[in-house]
Amino acid sequence: MDTHIFKPDLKRPLLSVGALGWLRTNLFSNWFNTLLTLFSLYLIWLVVPPIVKWAIIDADWVGTTRADCTSEGACWVFIKMRFAQFMYGFYPHELRWRVDLTVIAAIVGAAPLFVRAMPRKLIYGAFFLVAYPALAFWLLHGGFLGLVAVPTSQWGGLMLTLVIAVVGIAGAMPLGILLALGRRSDMPAIRVICVTFIEFWRGVPLITVLFMSSVMLPLFLPEHVSIDKLLRALLAVMLFEAAYIAEVVRGGLQAIPKGQYEAAAAMGLGYWRSMGLVILPQALKLVIPGIVNTFIALFKDTSLVIIIGLFDLLNSIHQATVDPAWLGFATEGYVFAALVFWIFCFGMSRYSMSIERRLDRGHKR
Amino acid sequence: MQTTARVQPARSSLLRDPKFRGLVFQILAVFTVVGIGWYLFQNTQSNLAQRGITSGFGFLNNTAGFGILQSLIDYTETDTYGRVFVIGLLNTLLVSGLGIFFATLIGFVIGIARLSPNWLLSRLATVYIEIFRNIPPLLQIFFWYFAVLRAMPAPRASYEFFDAIYLNIRGLYLPSPIPADGFNVFAIALLAACVAIVLVARWARKRREATGQLFPTPAVAIGLLVALPGLAALVAGNPVTWSVPELRGFNFVGGLVVIPELVALTLALTLYTAAFIAENVRSGIQAVSHGQTEAARSLGLRPRHILRLVIIPQALRVIIPPLTSQYLNLAKNSSLAAAIGYPDLVSLFAGTVLNQTGQAIETIAITMSVYLAISLSISLLMNWYNKRIALVER
Amino acid sequence: MKSVKTTLTSMVAVATLGLSVQAVAGPTLDAVVKKGFVQCGISDGLPGFSYADDKGQFRGIDVDVCRGVAAALFGDATKVRFSPLTAKERFTALQSGEVDMLSRNTTWTSSRDSGMGLNFAGVNYYDGQGFLVSTKLGVKSAKELDGAAVCIQAGTTTELNLTDYFRANGMKYTPITYDKSDETVKALEAGRCDVLTSDQSQLYAQRIKLANPNDYVVLPEVISKEPLGPVVRQGDDEWFNIVRWTLFAMVNAEELGVTSANVEDMAKNSQNPDVRRMLGAEGEYGKDLRLPKDWAVQIVKQVGNYGEMFERNVGKNSELKIERGLNALWNQGGLQYAPPIR
Repeated sequence: MDTHIFKPDLKRPLLSVGALGWLRTNLFSNWFNTLLTLFSLYLIWLVVPPIVKWAIIDADWVGTTRADCTSEGACWVFIKMRFAQFMYGFYPHELRWRVDLTVIAAIVGAAPLFVRAMPRKLIYGAFFLVAYPALAFWLLHGGFLGLVAVPTSQWGGLMLTLVIAVVGIAGAMPLGILLALGRRSDMPAIRVICVTFIEFWRGVPLITVLFMSSVMLPLFLPEHVSIDKLLRALLAVMLFEAAYIAEVVRGGLQAIPKGQYEAAAAMGLGYWRSMGLVILPQALKLVIPGIVNTFIALFKDTSLVIIIGLFDLLNSIHQATVDPAWLGFATEGYVFAALVFWIFCFGMSRYSMSIERRLDRGHKR
Repeated sequence: MQTTARVQPARSSLLRDPKFRGLVFQILAVFTVVGIGWYLFQNTQSNLAQRGITSGFGFLNNTAGFGILQSLIDYTETDTYGRVFVIGLLNTLLVSGLGIFFATLIGFVIGIARLSPNWLLSRLATVYIEIFRNIPPLLQIFFWYFAVLRAMPAPRASYEFFDAIYLNIRGLYLPSPIPADGFNVFAIALLAACVAIVLVARWARKRREATGQLFPTPAVAIGLLVALPGLAALVAGNPVTWSVPELRGFNFVGGLVVIPELVALTLALTLYTAAFIAENVRSGIQAVSHGQTEAARSLGLRPRHILRLVIIPQALRVIIPPLTSQYLNLAKNSSLAAAIGYPDLVSLFAGTVLNQTGQAIETIAITMSVYLAISLSISLLMNWYNKRIALVER
Repeated sequence: MKSVKTTLTSMVAVATLGLSVQAVAGPTLDAVVKKGFVQCGISDGLPGFSYADDKGQFRGIDVDVCRGVAAALFGDATKVRFSPLTAKERFTALQSGEVDMLSRNTTWTSSRDSGMGLNFAGVNYYDGQGFLVSTKLGVKSAKELDGAAVCIQAGTTTELNLTDYFRANGMKYTPITYDKSDETVKALEAGRCDVLTSDQSQLYAQRIKLANPNDYVVLPEVISKEPLGPVVRQGDDEWFNIVRWTLFAMVNAEELGVTSANVEDMAKNSQNPDVRRMLGAEGEYGKDLRLPKDWAVQIVKQVGNYGEMFERNVGKNSELKIERGLNALWNQGGLQYAPPIR
């Protein structure tokens, strides 16, 4: 009997598994793919090295004045020295702890809402929604209960950007929900009013709305009634965003099966109760990602307040770049602004995607 | 029994009748809205009267008296504010049109690249999308404007191409055509070529639907576009003479100039919007079931035909609605022109004219209505297109 | 329905709480006295005139006019709040009562004085439009600017003057208009335009914002009259007088040699009847203006006389180093002239 002689193992097919195999299937599968890979590599080579060189290798990091920026690259000293101004604007130095405290309160206060196991989330959430704005207003603006008032004209920097974005979206929510309900109402007059309102705000650019609030609003109001400039901008942002929120919420309302509406009616619930207790809680949960996306858009749009002369993050940076002591570092300023905006927007978009995935799973089950 | 049952609700209080309540509620709402409107109108009226501010649209006939950087129609400083309005509107339409065109192009390319089997390319596309859509467009406009400006040479050191095209910090100077003797014939020939192309395309589509045979429409179209006007030029003589830019004094004179503000604005709007369009395209393509690709492949279609004839037409149905809102956003974002001095409607009319005349209400109202009109037209157009390509259930 | 009502009421409540509506009745003076400070509209950043220093303190001669009014009224120059306004917002802000006065390098013109419902209370700076060019161009006069690209700030009188000047001289130009003056400077520096045009005072202010100020010169031509001054609403003469005479008191103080250093001494010991009347030692001139007796003392003590204000903000003691020129006193070859206090 022949003994079976084992043949030596074949070598691993070098070209179809492992790193090389991965390279082959993903980058060089055919001539066209190879061409694309080379093209991509060329693009990377074109863009990345100069940026890295400018932003990191050749950059100046230490120092306190313009004279310390001697190399070819970026002058991050500028950002370092002006960092406080970019964050707080002209908020008085000795009172900046109040801004910090507001932010910390927001983080600490909101954290339990993100813990999934937290009991009585709804009650706590409602409490937070009521108590926090009051606390934040007291801390930021002051003027009562022992805190010195800081007029809004001294607010600025990232703090102002956040205030506009957060207050804008929070204020837009109730109005937006009402509008969405109105648009789906079976009363024609209400529907027409809501549709007109929504389409009007969605059809015009935010700039013109801000112009309107800053230039025209005072003429609409009775004589000698004046509204704080920031508040006017906030009002404009709220009305504008409410229209967008309304459309998002409408999407959620449409996604609720008709059976839910009928079931609520069958329970003998009136319109407001069936909406408030049955439909809206489901619809709003569905549209959280949409609302986060609206918030991202709003967050980016806050940069437009530069046009009506509010000192948000972008405008603070803009101001700093024309300071004679720091001329010629506009690029660094804009890159920093871009980075800050990007971090916020990217972070939020990831969050919205993760919720979307979570909600999605819930539905497929 | 029946009658009593019917009568019953009527007997109970009117307030409990949902129809009646609905009516009351609607009337109340209408009154509130009208009331608020009336209140604001009254305030405005009394404010204007009391402070001696002029109102009305008479200012549109007044002389403007200031210069404008870019106008698509003839303009001198002695023209009226009304004409300034038209110039601003045309400039807005120009930048929106250019932006929409290029954003669609780049958006589709990036969107398809994102789904490419090539790992590197799809990662690059993702990076592009994530970077550009998460940075405020205003910041991008600033960035491109100053980047464009910084990269360009002074007029005296212009980049020169063929002694006719110049590129410097003041813009891109191109020769501009001036109609000559043969122009009319040329124009008619061009028009004829366009009509012919449309007819050929229709015929080709019908034939394809009937027989499945493909017709090289693009090649024929290009041929027609070259041949017909070329023939006309040969027959009727030179259709245009060219005004070539030349350096005189500080700047170039003559020809056509593409200003850097327009370039920066178009670039920024294009790159920003393209990132969103790319995402729409991706999700649209992914929404087409894989079975379609397999079916097309088993029919023996080539990969590029699969994409063009099977995937894209179906994906378009998903892509069009979000695409519409991206177009709307782009048109609205073009109002950021004010930040870099491109003379669009907002910066020219709601900016300069408002300031020179002090008539805030009229100028802002006109500006807003124009944007509303633009938004509505884009919506209508895209809805019409959407309907045309919608699935025809057979 | 009930829940609707409660929502409505709560909305109204929130609105009234949040709006911090300042219901102001009657003439401006009463309102200002009642709230205890002057709300003053200033520029959103123009060195020498009104700008925030790195501590967020507003400075400049426009700012000082507001401070002078507060000093006259309350005896305390700090009782003033500033609203930085863009060129676009400034008139509506004043018209609507959002600010009590506007001191924002605003040119006095007939249409603004009449058609817009405003009143100019005086002139705190006589200006004129000029040109700033790079020395590299080798231009010596504005007449050589044919074909130039010109950077301007949108919506200002400069924009119109520029057109007039070029038309009158048969020259062509390309206007490049920006919303903010900072952007015009940036554009000039980048080479987007050959010339920057603006009020001359602003040109000096903008020149120091350039990386190499010495590479740029201000051309000799002044192509317009730009009297800049504080503005109030039309139809409130009482308030108009206070603003106007605050300005006059500063000019008079300089003419009479009263400075912030010697004003208290002069108020007690001066024998000059003009000085004694102004500083309240003789007569009741403040009373007619509805101001305290020592109104002028407070202005000069806390803000200084016109000359001090000028030199501190735009003149010798500032970075701008602008000559007095037209803004010298009338008896020193300038135009600053104030009616006597008597």
